[in-house]
Amino acid sequence: MTQAAAKGHKDSSLQSLVEELTGEKLSACYQCGKCSAGCPAAYAMDRLPHQIIRLIQLNQRDKVLNSHAIWLCASCQTCTTRCPKDVDLARIMDALRELALQEGRTAQESDAVVFQQVFLNWVRRTGRQFEGGLVGEYKLRTGHFFQDLGAAPKMMGKLKMIPRGIKGRQAVQRIFRKCEGPKNA
Amino acid sequence: MRGAEERMSTRIAYFPGCSLEGTAQEYNLSLQAIAPKLGLELEELEDWNCCGSTAAHTLNHKLAVSLPARILALAERGGYSSLVAPCAACSHRLLATRMALANNAGLRKEVQDIIEMPYKGTVEVKNILQVLMELGPDKIAAACSRKMTGLRIASYYGCLLVRPPKVVQFDDPEAPQSMDTIIKALGGTPVEWGFKTECCGGGFSMSRTDMVCKMTRDILDNAAFEGAEAFAVACPMCQSNLDLRQLNVNQRYGTAFKLPALYITQWIGLCMGLPARDLGLGGNYVDTGDAVAKAFAVPPEKKPPALSAAGAAVKA
Repeated sequence: MTQAAAKGHKDSSLQSLVEELTGEKLSACYQCGKCSAGCPAAYAMDRLPHQIIRLIQLNQRDKVLNSHAIWLCASCQTCTTRCPKDVDLARIMDALRELALQEGRTAQESDAVVFQQVFLNWVRRTGRQFEGGLVGEYKLRTGHFFQDLGAAPKMMGKLKMIPRGIKGRQAVQRIFRKCEGPKNA
Repeated sequence: MRGAEERMSTRIAYFPGCSLEGTAQEYNLSLQAIAPKLGLELEELEDWNCCGSTAAHTLNHKLAVSLPARILALAERGGYSSLVAPCAACSHRLLATRMALANNAGLRKEVQDIIEMPYKGTVEVKNILQVLMELGPDKIAAACSRKMTGLRIASYYGCLLVRPPKVVQFDDPEAPQSMDTIIKALGGTPVEWGFKTECCGGGFSMSRTDMVCKMTRDILDNAAFEGAEAFAVACPMCQSNLDLRQLNVNQRYGTAFKLPALYITQWIGLCMGLPARDLGLGGNYVDTGDAVAKAFAVPPEKKPPALSAAGAAVKA
């Protein structure tokens, strides 16, 4: 039933879309709240993890995809590990972030999104993470120029200042192109 | 012929990952320093790429399995049957990918097209604690030249070494023991505490430093409360947040924590008698000097008799 609904994304519910993306069964959640009780980031969230699931069940698309909560999940896997109904909530949070990103709904936690994007940009360019560039570009794009200056002297010794691409960086770039594509087919 | 086969089976592909080339270079340095003494032959995987880490699985699921798949395919091509990834985020992504591809033939085919390489799923992925536990605490202790004298060390596992159990299939997700067992074999006193697997905030270190400080403070608080004098860790992000962010925690909350966080490989290296510099101890933000000095101080019972007793001995 949900599978059929999910075929045409336009009029399908958020629940069936998320279920299709993740292979998880959201209707299994009976709102016990164990995920929220153990979540180390819950204190900072506007909506708690179990509430996110409930809002998906109620097809409250805007409340879910515009929430801070989906971006504040640290992917620590505590909820996934403890869920008595075996719902992989951490995986669901991934899918929600992916959906929010596709719809440009990133303003709530833009610093976190920028960090992840800059992270991936360096992998795309060189095949590996370039921490010096990551820190520099993140500061440029967010305007947090003065962050962590105290740590700078020791950090400078650790960070490479010149990126070194791997031999297979073009293969990596093709991976990015195929995964990001015009649409994630 | 048989010899060649045996060699094949004991070769381990080494996947350092990006952190170990930069902010976690002490982890790499100390692992490389102790490996020969443990009989570990680590062969760095040729032309490895980034696993994509949290950024990829947060933003693009296909990318999150394709980047690790290229790494695993490279290891297959190199003829390896197992691969060790010391970074917990890397080993986690590799394991999650391995599982996703094993369970989904369609995705497996699609990913092979994306990475333009064959992928069979024959390479086993291990974290560093797993490799050390397979050697066994006794063998590690036997490779050491000195023991710690009971320093109280809190083993901090963080998230991705032990969670979710279905993916990592390693140790206990709520009360892991592997690192504690090694610490004990090294002569340290493992601290029983409640925050072994509580999240430090990981990749939010830069974008939500306030959250990382709060989460790290809770961890430091519990470790200190249970009497820990230092940490043992096996993840670059755990190390960075417990160490570098400890300074921010003290500033922000007016606390005075002074708990150095050393990689398990650094603790082993120190017990092997390797110089601190070769193990990268200079890279720590929280001073390691006092804890290390205490760890290897001559225990009281082995010191010459105390003054009064000495006086008595002379008289007799």
